[in-house]
Amino acid sequence: MSYFRMNRRSLMAGAAATAFTARSMAQAQQPVNIKIGVLNDRSGLYADLTGEGSALAARMAVEDFGAAAKGLNVQIVSADHQNKPDVGANIARQWYDNDGVDAIADVPTSSVAFAVNQITREKNKIMLNSGAASSDLTGAQCSPNTVHWTYDTYALAQGTGGAMVKAGGDTWFFLTADYAFGHALERDTAAVVTKAGGRVVGAVRTPFPGTDFSSFLLQAQSSRAKVIGLANAGGDTINSIKQAAEFGITQGGQKLAGLLVFVTDVHALGLQTAQGLILTESFYWDLNDGTRAFSERFARQRGGNKPTMVQAGVYGATLHYLKAAAATKSRDATANMAWMKGNQTDDPLFGKGTIRADGRKMHPVYLFEVKKPSESKGPWDYYKLIATLPAEEAFRPIAAGNCPLVRA
Amino acid sequence: MADIAATGSPSISASPKAAADNAALHRMIFIGLAATLLVLPFIPVIGYPFFLMKVLCFALFACAFNLMLGYGGLLSFGHAAYFGLASYVSAYTAKHWGLTPELSILLGTASGAVLGLAFGSLAIRRQGIYFAMITLALAQMVFFFSLQTPRFTGGEDGIQAVPRNNLFGLIPLGSDTSTYYLVAAVFLAGVALIYRVIHSPFGQVLKAIRDNEARAVSLGYRVNQYKLAVFVLSATLAGLAGSMKAIAVQLASLTDVHWSMSGEVVLMTLVGGMGTVFGPIIGAAVIISMQNFLAGLGAWVTVVQGAIFVVCVLIFREGIVGVIGKWIKRPL
Amino acid sequence: MFELLGIPPQALFGQLLLGLINGSFYAILSLGLAVIFGLLNIINFTHGAQYMMGAFIAWMLLNWVGIGYWPALVLAPVIAGVTGVIIERVFLKRLYHLDHLYGLLLTFGLALIIQGLFRNYFGSSGLPYQIPAELRGGQNLGFMFLPNYRGWVVVASLVVCLATWFIIEKTKLGAYLRAATENPTLTQAFGINVPLLITLTYGFGVGLAAFAGVLAAPIYSVNPNMGADLIIVVFAVVVIGGMGSIMGAIVTGFGLGLVEGLTKVFYPEASATVIFIIMAIVLLVKPAGLFGRTA
Repeated sequence: MSYFRMNRRSLMAGAAATAFTARSMAQAQQPVNIKIGVLNDRSGLYADLTGEGSALAARMAVEDFGAAAKGLNVQIVSADHQNKPDVGANIARQWYDNDGVDAIADVPTSSVAFAVNQITREKNKIMLNSGAASSDLTGAQCSPNTVHWTYDTYALAQGTGGAMVKAGGDTWFFLTADYAFGHALERDTAAVVTKAGGRVVGAVRTPFPGTDFSSFLLQAQSSRAKVIGLANAGGDTINSIKQAAEFGITQGGQKLAGLLVFVTDVHALGLQTAQGLILTESFYWDLNDGTRAFSERFARQRGGNKPTMVQAGVYGATLHYLKAAAATKSRDATANMAWMKGNQTDDPLFGKGTIRADGRKMHPVYLFEVKKPSESKGPWDYYKLIATLPAEEAFRPIAAGNCPLVRA
Repeated sequence: MADIAATGSPSISASPKAAADNAALHRMIFIGLAATLLVLPFIPVIGYPFFLMKVLCFALFACAFNLMLGYGGLLSFGHAAYFGLASYVSAYTAKHWGLTPELSILLGTASGAVLGLAFGSLAIRRQGIYFAMITLALAQMVFFFSLQTPRFTGGEDGIQAVPRNNLFGLIPLGSDTSTYYLVAAVFLAGVALIYRVIHSPFGQVLKAIRDNEARAVSLGYRVNQYKLAVFVLSATLAGLAGSMKAIAVQLASLTDVHWSMSGEVVLMTLVGGMGTVFGPIIGAAVIISMQNFLAGLGAWVTVVQGAIFVVCVLIFREGIVGVIGKWIKRPL
Repeated sequence: MFELLGIPPQALFGQLLLGLINGSFYAILSLGLAVIFGLLNIINFTHGAQYMMGAFIAWMLLNWVGIGYWPALVLAPVIAGVTGVIIERVFLKRLYHLDHLYGLLLTFGLALIIQGLFRNYFGSSGLPYQIPAELRGGQNLGFMFLPNYRGWVVVASLVVCLATWFIIEKTKLGAYLRAATENPTLTQAFGINVPLLITLTYGFGVGLAAFAGVLAAPIYSVNPNMGADLIIVVFAVVVIGGMGSIMGAIVTGFGLGLVEGLTKVFYPEASATVIFIIMAIVLLVKPAGLFGRTA
């Protein structure tokens, strides 16, 4: 899609609403007011990997972009959706209807993301999703108003699933958190495993959230599968990894595959327990100078904690959105989305990338192995880079997603 | 349980004149309430129809709960089950069968009633804290059922994007404001029904059972039938609130059947005033507003909510409306 | 080798043993709840938060003061017990003349406050706490690998549970306690300081919860939400055992751990709910619980 065509379309969208054009012309000289709402978990399971850190990342994006100098008056607000779709939907509606919010960023927890996705579309605003995992956001439930930035279940499965089979882990047993996200992750990974010539020998559905996984781990152990796939997240993952170490499962030769592990989880586990774990992320603070500089500044304001990929994604998405708003000099969602999809993304954290028509942000995804305690040079030095998956390999091909926007 | 309810509702007025005065006062309050509901959408900030609908649905839920606790002396710790199941039924029938709102609300309410009958007939055999625990256990099973049947409930995602079909197949509910007036009308009817029940001979017997069950038995009342009746009525109204919520908020989710929802409705009733007609309405408004306007505070919301619990229990047991009732020396 | 419903017996033994380990936590926690309910007539909804506090105190002792696991096993329950004493003196004392419901609501509110504060301060991903060096590794039992620490959990909780039972049922102090439960006014008249007894009992119950928290710290992550859902389950355990019954709480705690362990093999999705099903059945058949006296 060429840059010029996109711009013309955005102009036409503006012209269609005469009132809007008149207003935006009057505002051409004054700063454009932009309000971005960071909606995520600020008190529960995902508060550390999203939470206030994501709001900080959004503020840093505003600062780094120099929004004020470029004619934007940006305000960042934030709220806690408690991982409940009803709470999230309620806040999103209120922000759009009453508070003049133009875009909502982050939104972890797929169930909440779906609710906000739909409201955003209904109100014609923008969702810059970073935290949610479900690949359905750019598949069956895709929306012209949503960008899915950081990762999805498909990419996680490709990364960890593909790599483990390649390394000889061809029989799998899944520990699956018994809810939509866990099922999706199991399904996507099982598909990758089978396609790569592996075999799934069993799976157990664990009540969510759970604390004791020893019984399920024992079932996994007696299945004699080479790889135990952890299709869960947050506290469930932490507990299952911890208990696998305790029951000597990894010493017994079985490998653990954490299908969704964040750097904060590794931090909570400690290297002693987490060492050797294979995992997939699209950002790590120690990748290059750009990520290190950003993470250093971030950590200084977060009590030493490095950013997670979700928080980095909020930064990248906010930056790109601000570029769009500055270029179109408007708050109009259609125009800004057109600009965002029509122009390359470029930020120090994810490098250069694009946003596909279905809303999928394309960037490379990395396969990491958690270091042994002896290899780590200091706090937060946790990952070894094993492989880099180019975006086209990591993310689902646009035609395979069943996104109605693309079929049309 | 007697001393729970007695705090909030001053005993029934002795003289006919006082009773008539009270009835007149209550009529005035009802008229005032109706007038307020009529103009609320035009007031800025709080007049946001979406928010108001949520408050009204929870207010009806709390009133239904209070009917059982405040007037029947029965503490249920599982009222989320009726509210939540009804909300699922109503959302499902509206979305997948394309039923009109009044039909899906009716079906939802009926499901609350049936569930109430089933659970009620088990639970009323026990008293006090055991009664509370049975209702909790039964409600947990409903939660489990909801979690395990994603085909019906949508699992974690819930049933999202519930359509607002035309009322009676004719009147469109496109705007939030028109839906709000529907909700407000049903809410008023629900509260009026509860008021009638409380002041009927049936309600008098209920209060007698609450205050002294043994005596009511010795007077020849079939206590269990009364308890079951109020249980079913309360579950039905909770179901009505739940089904309306599904249509108004366009979402039915696991939150509605989780035990913390059962705890929340206790909090609303406690804050507003147990055993008062209008207390739960105020309580629901306070709690929902708090959750709404303090959402930006993150984890501090839990702390604030906890503090309200503590303050209410320690020094404010009559609740807001209970205290007002004491000042003006009238039951509210 | 015969198989039971498709499960080899070795696997079944393993699962039963794991059930017993989980049951140890249920037993200590429900014991604390039962002791508190027996004397104070209060359903201590803060129990889950106090269990969490125990784990956090152990973590703070290690990371802030440098005090390790073994001293923490004693210190953390004592510190938590002191906070319990303060809670009883400041809040609970005012509620004794009221219905059970108010105690439940107040402690529910306190649990929200405590959990919220810890979440604000420590975040919610959880913090690591290592298994003490003496208890690392494990034993190969033939049918399963039993980590030493898990074995220790069962032993420690059995000892604590039985000691508590002994104190309450067989000693003079326990006799005072039981007397105060039956008839506080009369006990007071015999010159026993009942309010002090009540305060200390609450502190002791909280200490038990914190003890379970320290035991849990190395195997579950130290997390502000670790007690939030557990409390409902433990609550159910106490009800099944019979409110206020000491032996009932202990036996039911271990027993339900076993039942839950079996459910995890045959119908894992239901393992979080099976306790509630049992509770409903028990209450309908035997309303005062398995070991309770009819009120």
